[in-house]
Amino acid sequence: MSTEARTKEYSGVLILAETEHGKIHKVAYELLGKGRQIAEACGEQLSCLVLTPEACGSEELCRRGADTVYEMRAAAFAQPEETLFAQNITAFIREKKPAVVLIGATHFGRSLAPRIAAALGTGLTADCTELCVDEEGNLEQIRPAFSDNILAHIKTVTRPQMATVRYKEFAEAAPDPAAQIHIEEIAPYQHEPLGVQIEEIRSIGELAITDAEVVVAGGRGIRKSEDLAILQELADVLGGQVGVSRALVDAGMASSSIQIGYSGSRVKPKVYIACGISGAPQHLAGMKESDRIIAINSDPSAPIFSISDYGFVGDLYEIVPRLTEYFSKEGSHEV
Amino acid sequence: MNIIVLIKEVPDMEKVRFDSSRGVVDRSSAPAEINPFDESALQAALELKERCGARVRVLTMGPPQAKRSLQDAYARGADGGILITDRAFGGSDTMATSRTLAAAIGQEDYDLILCGEKSVDGDTAQVGAETAELLGIPHAYYADSIEEAGAGSIRVGIENICGDRQVRLMKLPALVSVTKNIGKLRLPTVKRKLESITKEFPSKGLSEISGLTKDNTGFQGSPTKVAKIEIPKVQKRQSEIFREDFEAFAARLKDEFAERGIGKA
Repeated sequence: MSTEARTKEYSGVLILAETEHGKIHKVAYELLGKGRQIAEACGEQLSCLVLTPEACGSEELCRRGADTVYEMRAAAFAQPEETLFAQNITAFIREKKPAVVLIGATHFGRSLAPRIAAALGTGLTADCTELCVDEEGNLEQIRPAFSDNILAHIKTVTRPQMATVRYKEFAEAAPDPAAQIHIEEIAPYQHEPLGVQIEEIRSIGELAITDAEVVVAGGRGIRKSEDLAILQELADVLGGQVGVSRALVDAGMASSSIQIGYSGSRVKPKVYIACGISGAPQHLAGMKESDRIIAINSDPSAPIFSISDYGFVGDLYEIVPRLTEYFSKEGSHEV
Repeated sequence: MNIIVLIKEVPDMEKVRFDSSRGVVDRSSAPAEINPFDESALQAALELKERCGARVRVLTMGPPQAKRSLQDAYARGADGGILITDRAFGGSDTMATSRTLAAAIGQEDYDLILCGEKSVDGDTAQVGAETAELLGIPHAYYADSIEEAGAGSIRVGIENICGDRQVRLMKLPALVSVTKNIGKLRLPTVKRKLESITKEFPSKGLSEISGLTKDNTGFQGSPTKVAKIEIPKVQKRQSEIFREDFEAFAARLKDEFAERGIGKA
C-alpha cells in the first residue's frame, strides 16, 4: 500500500486524558480546545480516551467538546505504569486509527507517549507550544528547542501524527452544559503490567510550583538560603509559592524542585515576581509566559526589566518586606 | 550485573552561540560536554557498581569526536564505552535514534540501561522510553533513587508520576531514566584520566549493527521532519519602572492583583 493510501485510512483527533487522584487532569481540557480546532480544520471527529479504575467524571470531557469519550476501566489503572497503559492505548489506536493523537506533556504523559509511538513505529513531537493544520491536512507541530532560541515546525510522515503538548499552553475548552454525553466503554486489552510491580504510592503533598497562581522567585540577589524566608513571607501573603533561578540551586542554596527555567520547571502564573534575578535567557525560558511579570532589582540595566510589566529599581531586602507589609494590611482591610 | 549508560554529547548550553540568521546552533562556539542529565545517570551507575558490583559501560551515538565523552566517562570510573557512529545515522529524529540504539544495545550483554531525564539541546525526553519499548523491556522515568533489590530485579523511586511519588519493583532487564536529584557526577582521577587517552573504545557503524538499514535510521528513517525553523521574537513588555516612589509601585500592583483575585484572604 502506498504511503498516501495508508494515510487516508486514518481519521480524527484523539486526546488521551490523564487522571490524577481520580480526577481528569486539566491539560485534557486544553487539548480538547486545540483538538477541536484541528478536527474542524480537517472536517473530522474529536474523541477522547481515558484509562481509569473507576468513574472519573468523563462527562466533563464531552461537555468540553469530545464527540465520543472512550472509557477503559481496570483496577490496575489506579497505579500509573507505562507498559500497561501503552499496551492498552496502542491496541486501541491500532483499532480506531486516529490521524492525530495528542497527549499532555505531564510527567506521566512524557514517559508514556514515547512507548506508544515506538510500538506504533510513528513519529512523536515533544512539548509542542502550537499546533495547526497545513493545506494538505497534515499536522504542523511547533516546539521550542535549544533553550527556546528556536521554534521548530515539525511534520510527521507516518500515521498517527503524535504530539505531547505543554500544560498551560492552550486555553481550556469552555464547558457546554447542553452538550451530548456520548461515553463508550471499551474493555481493556491487557489487565496487569508485565514485570513491574508498584509497591508504594505516596502523595507528594505539596502543590506543584507549576500550578501556583503567584510565584515569588529569587536569584543571585539573594545572599544566603535563610533569606529565602523574605520571599516566602510575601508568597504567603499573596497565596503563592517561592521559586528560584538556577544560580541558587547551583550554589546549593535551594532545591532543584523549585528551580524555574529551561533546566528546571516552566511556570505560567497569574503573577510572577522576580527578586534579584537578572534575567538570563535560561531563566526567561521558564517564566516569560506569566500573565504579569514584576521585577525587583538593584541594577537598572538588568535584562529582566525589559520583559517585565512593572519594575522597581531597588534593594530586594528592603522592597520585598515592604510589599509583604503593604499587602498583609491590604488583606485585612478586605476581610 | 551489566549496566549500559546512554550518554549524549551536547554543546555547553551556557556558552553556545546561536546563529539566528541561519536558524542553526553554532556548535563550534562552545565546547562539547556530556549532557548534564546523563552525568547523573553515570553517577547512579557508578554508585550501583560500588554497592552491588557491576560492569558499567557508556554508549553514545554521535560523530567520531564523541569519543571524547567516552574518555571522560572512563576517567570518572566507567569500565568501558561503545561509540555508535556512521554518516548514515545523521539526521536521526528520536524514533530513528531509538531504533539505532535499541539495535546496538540488543547486541550487547545488559541487565540495566540508565539514561538522563532529557538532553539539554533536544529536550524531548523521548529516546529512553522509545528504546525501552523497542527492546521490549519496562522503564521508569524521573527516578531519584535506585536500589538493587535482588537477583533479576531493581527497586526504583520515582519523584513524580500523576502527582504522586511511586516506588516500583521492575524485572531486569529494564531502563531507568534519572533526574539530577540522584546525584552529581564524581570528578575524574588523574590516573584514569591519563589511561583514558590510550583506552580503546569499540566503534560500530551501520554494517556492524544487525537490523539497521538506511531506511530505518538517519534522516531517511525518521518519521518526523523539520519543515521550518523560526526565530521567536523576544517579547518585550511595556515596562513601567519605579525608582523611588514605593507607594505608587505598590498601588499599581494592588490594582493588578485585585483584577486577578490575588492576595485577598
